[in-house]
Amino acid sequence: MTAYLLRRLVQSALILLGVSFITFFLLYVLPADPVRQIAGRAATQQTVENIRHQLGLDQPFVVQYIRYLGGLMQGDMGRSYLQKTEVASLIAARLPPTLLLMAAGIFCELVLGLTMGVIAALRRGRAADTGLMITSFVAVSAPQFLVSLLLLYVFAVRLSWFPIGGYGTFRHLVLPAVTLGILGSGWYARMMRSSMIEVLRADFIRTARAKGLTRARVILRHALPNAILPVIAMIGIDIGIFMGGVVVVESVFGWPGIGQLAWQAIQRVDIPIIMGVTLVSACAIVAGNLIADLIAPAIDPRIRIR
Amino acid sequence: MTPTQDVLRVDALTVSVRTEDGLQPLVSDMTFRLGKGETLAIAGESGSGKSITSLAIMGLLPPPAVRVTGGAVILNSRELTQLPEAEMRAVRGDRIAMIFQEPMTSLNPVMTVGTQLVEAIRAHQPVSRAAARAQALEALKAVRLSQPERRLTQYPHELSGGMRQRVMIAMALALKPEVLIADEPTTALDVTVQREVLDLLRDLQRETGMAILLITHDMGVVAEMADRVIVMRNGRIEEEGDVRQIFAAPAAPYTRDLLAAVPRMGQGRRAPPPPAAAPVARLQDVQVRFDLKGGVLGRVTHRVHAVEHVSFDIGAGETFALVGESGCGKSTLARALVGLVPHEGRIEVDGQVLGALDTAGRKALSRAVQIIFQDPMAALDPRMKVGDLVGEPLLIHGQGDGPARAAQVADLLQRVGLEAAHMDRYPHEFSGGQRQRICIARALALRPKLLIADESVSALDVSVQARVLDLLAALKREFGIATLFISHDMAVVENVADRVAVMYLGQVVEMGTRAQVFGAPRHPYTQRLIAAVPVPDPTHVRPPAPRLAGDVPSPVHPLGQGPARLLLADAGDGHMVAAE
Repeated sequence: MTAYLLRRLVQSALILLGVSFITFFLLYVLPADPVRQIAGRAATQQTVENIRHQLGLDQPFVVQYIRYLGGLMQGDMGRSYLQKTEVASLIAARLPPTLLLMAAGIFCELVLGLTMGVIAALRRGRAADTGLMITSFVAVSAPQFLVSLLLLYVFAVRLSWFPIGGYGTFRHLVLPAVTLGILGSGWYARMMRSSMIEVLRADFIRTARAKGLTRARVILRHALPNAILPVIAMIGIDIGIFMGGVVVVESVFGWPGIGQLAWQAIQRVDIPIIMGVTLVSACAIVAGNLIADLIAPAIDPRIRIR
Repeated sequence: MTPTQDVLRVDALTVSVRTEDGLQPLVSDMTFRLGKGETLAIAGESGSGKSITSLAIMGLLPPPAVRVTGGAVILNSRELTQLPEAEMRAVRGDRIAMIFQEPMTSLNPVMTVGTQLVEAIRAHQPVSRAAARAQALEALKAVRLSQPERRLTQYPHELSGGMRQRVMIAMALALKPEVLIADEPTTALDVTVQREVLDLLRDLQRETGMAILLITHDMGVVAEMADRVIVMRNGRIEEEGDVRQIFAAPAAPYTRDLLAAVPRMGQGRRAPPPPAAAPVARLQDVQVRFDLKGGVLGRVTHRVHAVEHVSFDIGAGETFALVGESGCGKSTLARALVGLVPHEGRIEVDGQVLGALDTAGRKALSRAVQIIFQDPMAALDPRMKVGDLVGEPLLIHGQGDGPARAAQVADLLQRVGLEAAHMDRYPHEFSGGQRQRICIARALALRPKLLIADESVSALDVSVQARVLDLLAALKREFGIATLFISHDMAVVENVADRVAVMYLGQVVEMGTRAQVFGAPRHPYTQRLIAAVPVPDPTHVRPPAPRLAGDVPSPVHPLGQGPARLLLADAGDGHMVAAE
């Protein structure tokens, strides 16, 4: 177990190193010039060159990258070009709202998706199944900005059940979390349905029924734990897709998280922030996968960690 | 037989499936009775409706398409087919219990054995968890499972197939049901494990007086277990009678055909051994090992010793059989022979040394060696037409142009007993036996020198199996192809092989001509294998043997260690036997 964890942590560090290199490289070759953003349109060539020299952006790529890595090793993620604050403290301030939103979003998508999937599987081929699968298809296809605006219009503007935007109370959380959850719930509903249908055909389900167990027990105790196994592996991967949604949803609902931070930074080519947010997101994805891999053996004894 | 009190009566039972063309009967007019302590076997080939009958009795037919459309199932004067689900549930598992064919998949993989047993008990008896657990322990002891306390906390994957089937039996019998339905209970098990499970069922029946409804395709199992037999075909009863009468004087022509097709030990054709021709394949000291990794750096810590120091020759035109139980390495050896797994040692096929070949050489080798697998459906791409499937080897090896290939494929299909017109059909339109013929046609397309048949007839019904074996024998005579015949079925091997090698844990323990190995087996493992085969003759008296409940040792060893090498000594006339 310790050996496994150690190996996985080393792997994770290598993945993060790779992510940092690729992101840094992409930002380097980007035609947008961060210095122009900082200096403004009216700045003279001399000022621009001064700022470029100050930020070290006149150095060759390799030097810049190694310098950045050196900073990272000491916990220094650099300073924002425009806000002049430490990237680390910017992210630290924005991380808790995002984590809260993600947790709530994942909760929504799992509850919605798994319920739809299980019901569809049990009603396979009937009207409820068809209806749920159409719903899941719509959920998967609907663009998130559209879903969020629709929810805002209906539940915030017309019905005034929830605030239009902002952060603070539970009521602020509901609409952004549901928006985030709807997209994923469609995927999970489809996955859970096919997984459940397969498990319901398994021999051990027939054994459970032959024992004289109630239908509820057969489904909840025998079918569900087996059907959920492939879904758990999915959750780890899903966090990456989730980050994309977070950027959109935070912007629409004015949620003060790192998605919004990233959105603003990208518009202004604020490279240290973009780097920082990318690395933090990568950390979240790597951690999510690791956690999913650690949960799997707790449910399925056949998976042994070594 | 003295008439006994009937526990279960099935009266004119009809089960139908709803299709687009209306109701289609799967089982029609099924009538029988089952007395206390009696064993009734329902025998038949796949699709005969025997399993549907058992599911109908249990009320487990897959809804809503398949249901009982007529007749009655009466358990102790209580009609079951009309019972509401809640009351039927109380009967199921309590008064009628069932065990299934696949012990590997019939237990829930994510629940411990103990939990699954306790759950079965508590579904019918209002007892505490602790009391149910004590009962579960008793049930495991009753099926003679070793270390019963430990088994309770183990998961199914930690147990072998035989142990799992014992757990299934324990679960079925924990509540002392009046009727046990055993649906192919030993079909998926090795022959020695089958022996153990059959002995166990008979012992438990004597102790509890339960009635057994045995569903099987294996006439050997029928002869050993049953008091009375029903032979089914196409959902109808062909013949019913006392087991001795059915075997001694079968009335229905179908029963006669079925019994004639059953391979029997001791009836292998007594042809002289083939002249010592130049070997087609020569194996010297072949080993196949698989690494298991572990530790911080993922280094190799253990190895699976799948094949250990195996040496033999296969002569031209010879049928060489490899027998052994699952996990003995026989299939791995076949894969090594066609280059699908890496090996150590020397394998020579058609004069070429396997390891030294380049890409072109390997391609040429695949022309000389072809393999036929166990499951014909899985071995045929469902999206390709039969003509393309059979012609593909010709295409890959660039033989002939389009029309010439088509003509050759048509010829091949006719050789294996199909029609040229079948070229345009897809695999799913054929029965299991026909599919295996397609696989054989494909294997023959390149005129190989060596044909490997890896359990190629194991998944087929006996009558189909007999015809496929005849086909293989005819092709061998016609083309002079050498065959490596891999099987766990001793009776089949005895009927087809010229020479036989018995494998155990990766090593050959005995090797010789068929007459030597089957006529005068020397090694105790060979003797045990042969003795365990069910004999399709109810008058056969089995010599009393100790009830075994052993487990096969593992072929996994820590790095640097390995199994003790067995040395074969000549016991006369090339009959090689491992020293103990």
